[in-house]
Amino acid sequence: MTPDKPQHILRPVRVRTIVASFALALVADFLPWPNVSLAPDFVALVLAFWCVHQPRLVGLGVGWVLGLLNDAGNGVLLGQHALAYALLAFGAITLSRRIRWFSAPGQMLHVALLLAAAQAVEVAVRLAAGAEFPGWQVFVGPLVAALLWPVADLALLAPQRRPAEADEARAL
Amino acid sequence: MEHTPPPFFKRGPAPVVRLAFFASLSIALLLVDARFRTLDELRSVLATAAYPLQRIATAPVELAERAAGFFASQTALRSENAALKARLLQEAQTAQRYEAAAADAVRLQRLAGAAERLRVRSTPAEILYTGRDPFARTIIIDKGTQQGVRAGSPVVDDVGVIGQVTHAYPLVSEVTLVTDKDEAVPVQVVRNGLRAIAFGAGDSGMMDLRFMPPNVEIQAGDQLVTSGIDGTYPPGLPVATVVSVERDATRSFARIACRPAAGVDRGRYVLVLTDEAKLPPYPAKERERARPPRPAREPHRK
Repeated sequence: MTPDKPQHILRPVRVRTIVASFALALVADFLPWPNVSLAPDFVALVLAFWCVHQPRLVGLGVGWVLGLLNDAGNGVLLGQHALAYALLAFGAITLSRRIRWFSAPGQMLHVALLLAAAQAVEVAVRLAAGAEFPGWQVFVGPLVAALLWPVADLALLAPQRRPAEADEARAL
Repeated sequence: MEHTPPPFFKRGPAPVVRLAFFASLSIALLLVDARFRTLDELRSVLATAAYPLQRIATAPVELAERAAGFFASQTALRSENAALKARLLQEAQTAQRYEAAAADAVRLQRLAGAAERLRVRSTPAEILYTGRDPFARTIIIDKGTQQGVRAGSPVVDDVGVIGQVTHAYPLVSEVTLVTDKDEAVPVQVVRNGLRAIAFGAGDSGMMDLRFMPPNVEIQAGDQLVTSGIDGTYPPGLPVATVVSVERDATRSFARIACRPAAGVDRGRYVLVLTDEAKLPPYPAKERERARPPRPAREPHRK
């Protein structure tokens, strides 16, 4: 929605696109990454994306449930991701109208901050629960995820960028 | 007096209200989970729900590995076969000696009236993936409570101890590696029988012997095996090798660094020892006076 560039008028989003993207993101999160602290959190990225683009469909409730699934699947403290994702969804929804006016680098900056804040919440929760600080490289993951924002833009909005089917029976 | 007009569209509670609701819900969950560990049932249900997703996620990697294995060259397979045969011969010798020694030990134990030790039963398992938690060193294996894995079961590979099951779900289990900061293994120095407790050292992938006085009789190169006095690990499993001993008389404890014997970060297959060691319960009087110190921590998740 940058003012200086022509934009597609997007078709309305379909709920099954959103559901499929969240399922794929969860699968990506469960992949056996060689270094977990450098791997981006795909669920957080996709959640932030839909919160920015569809703030009325995807919100805190969706984020919270996804966080619980992520917690259980990864066997970490139950509620850790849920809290972080709820805060992330809140931030993304609050900033959604602002973020959509920026070009890609500006959007990535905003998203990097949001994702890093969510990661900081997770770190704070674990430190409070008695864990050892795992090192600053845990904040590399959110940065990598923010770099993937244009990819998410391309992939997740692709179904809405389809040209409208030509309707032969229409008069005009 | 109502000054704001009624909302045009019905949008439910304000975002801040929702945030407060979900944040307090999460914090309540966190507190309950961290303090009372009463959510294990829920966790198990959710983990079972996530299991298909996890299998799908690991499928491409498995497929790639299988394909790579299929195209392994014949020469590589031949040389590996030869090496394995040579190793089998060696191991067979050791195993025969072990059989004889075990039989001797059983006889002697019976003579001494000691409790007869059961042979440890084991379940082979495959490592699915490493735990996606940068705060803890864990792996997830593909055997769960349905295959008899229990929280607390020790996990070994072909060389030595890898860790301990900290969460057993119906189909998968989470194993905390011995290099985790909170994981403790009661050990014994092979050379002189000295007992100690080995803790994980976290990120470095090493282990520490903590709380040993500076004049303790340990030297670099000492082998550490499980002592078996905790009732969790069977005795005699290799755990680590002492790498360096720093003795500083101004400090109360020596700094003893050890390298784990098992391929803690390598390999794909492990054994879960599913039979609990048989130890008589603590004497009642002792228990009343003070809770006995437990050498191995209870299966505990951070």
